[in-house]
Amino acid sequence: MDLYDNQKSTSKIKRDASVNDRIPDGLFLACPYCGVQMYNKQLGEHRVCAHCGYGFRLQARERVALLTQSFEEMDSDIEIVAPDFPGYADKLARAKSQTELGESVLTGIATIEDAKVALGIMDSYFMMGSLGSMTGEKITRLFEYATEKKLPVVLFTASGGARMQEGINSLMQMAKVSAAVAQHQEAGLLYLVVLTDPTTGGVTASFAMQGDITLAEPHALVGFAGARVIESTIHEKLPKDFQRVETLLENGFVDKIVPRPELGHVISQLVKLHYRAEA
Amino acid sequence: MAVNIGLKLFKHEPTPAEVVKKSREDRFFAREIIDGVFNDFIEFHGDRQSGDDMSVIGGIATLNDKPVTVIVIDKGTDIHDKLSKRNGSPEPWGYRKAQRLMQQANKFHRPIVTFINTPGAFPGKTAEVQGQGEAIAKSILESMKLAVPMISIIYGEGGSGGALALATTDQVWMFQNATYSILSPEGFASILWKDSKRSEEAAAVMGLTPKDLLEKNVIEYVIPESRNHPRVFNLIRKKLDDEFSLLNELSPEELIQKRRARFRAF
Ligand SMILES: [Zn+2]
Repeated sequence: MDLYDNQKSTSKIKRDASVNDRIPDGLFLACPYCGVQMYNKQLGEHRVCAHCGYGFRLQARERVALLTQSFEEMDSDIEIVAPDFPGYADKLARAKSQTELGESVLTGIATIEDAKVALGIMDSYFMMGSLGSMTGEKITRLFEYATEKKLPVVLFTASGGARMQEGINSLMQMAKVSAAVAQHQEAGLLYLVVLTDPTTGGVTASFAMQGDITLAEPHALVGFAGARVIESTIHEKLPKDFQRVETLLENGFVDKIVPRPELGHVISQLVKLHYRAEA
Repeated sequence: MAVNIGLKLFKHEPTPAEVVKKSREDRFFAREIIDGVFNDFIEFHGDRQSGDDMSVIGGIATLNDKPVTVIVIDKGTDIHDKLSKRNGSPEPWGYRKAQRLMQQANKFHRPIVTFINTPGAFPGKTAEVQGQGEAIAKSILESMKLAVPMISIIYGEGGSGGALALATTDQVWMFQNATYSILSPEGFASILWKDSKRSEEAAAVMGLTPKDLLEKNVIEYVIPESRNHPRVFNLIRKKLDDEFSLLNELSPEELIQKRRARFRAF
């Protein structure tokens, strides 16, 4: 299929639609990581805690606006046909209107400080960023398109795990995306993962851990099993930062933790180091 | 294509909840399957990085005189054995042992058979520290690149990513009373309905039986069970031999392409 048919410019993003823009500037918020309280306004445009550097959760379209100089959306019309699990259709409808997305990931071709990349951004506001079959479809197509056009893939992960309502089809997405990652890898192309808060379950056990380079935002929670499941299995309390990326870095699973305002620069730098001729 | 005459032989159609119950019973033991289906099994240990997970048995054997790599998740036999194997929940180094043996099979052009029976990858502290997510992710990714025929057989529980890690193969088969699902019915009910007691209801809507999964093309074949275990093992041996012979006719490129396309269809 011709992917250009599905591309739609989103340069005029309706910023007033985002969850975060509806929070009044004068509202007092506590940082989910360090607990320090601050005015919403103090988070700045990147929505970062001034005390600890934690990046508050962003919607995919907010991140596109912050990160990219241009963005052409792909596959915006892809969404699941006839969700038949009880209550699923309603949940999807709510998620769609809240995020202005058809699924829990936004994909497209972007420029990040002059670096051209195939960009995917998962949205934790869309059913917890769960891995639906159309989430997997959009990410798979992103890799396929990138392989064909010899582009690097930059993927921001955020996911609560499987999409329960889709059952085994959700599980199969882990394999489907992995097959496309393998193809992209064999073409000698760069796959850069950015782990954001939270990345768990099936996404951690597949494409979030398959990158050539793995970046992460400060204090993002990343893990396979849920903390409560682990605690009830081993009958002990987990240390405070057990599944935070700082711990994952110590354990050898993250290359670099990058504060949100610097991400664009680091990504473009890394992309250019891999594609000197085109840079 | 696999023909599934097995289904028609079943006298009584069990409910999904009944299948879940049976899938968790000790119907077939790991060692019994290995000895029943293969000859000359030689077990290999360790992932060469951090240890040896006994819940993943691996090694080489012969299938009708031809060498194959065999990888089996083992729930254990008695209570001590089950505890030491966490009831068949592999640690990251179990998946890495499997990866090592799969790479070895690839180097020596041997087909790979995996037998799966797990409630899921172990949700432990050390498992997280050692990268359970990465271990599964890599098993899946590497499986997509191996140029040898691969068949996986779920013989009990096929629990989530922990099962998928060894089931990204050219064909996936299931025993008649096995299950394969995104989560246990108890977990499913507690997440979606905040009530783990509604597990029977969950089992009914999850589509986790071999029959459901065959309809969705998640699996290719259902192995009829019998109290006569040698009969079941003979059937598996013959069927594996037949399917490996067919898969061996494909070029390495075609084989990998078909495997990827199999999962692309979801
Ligand atoms: Zn903070």
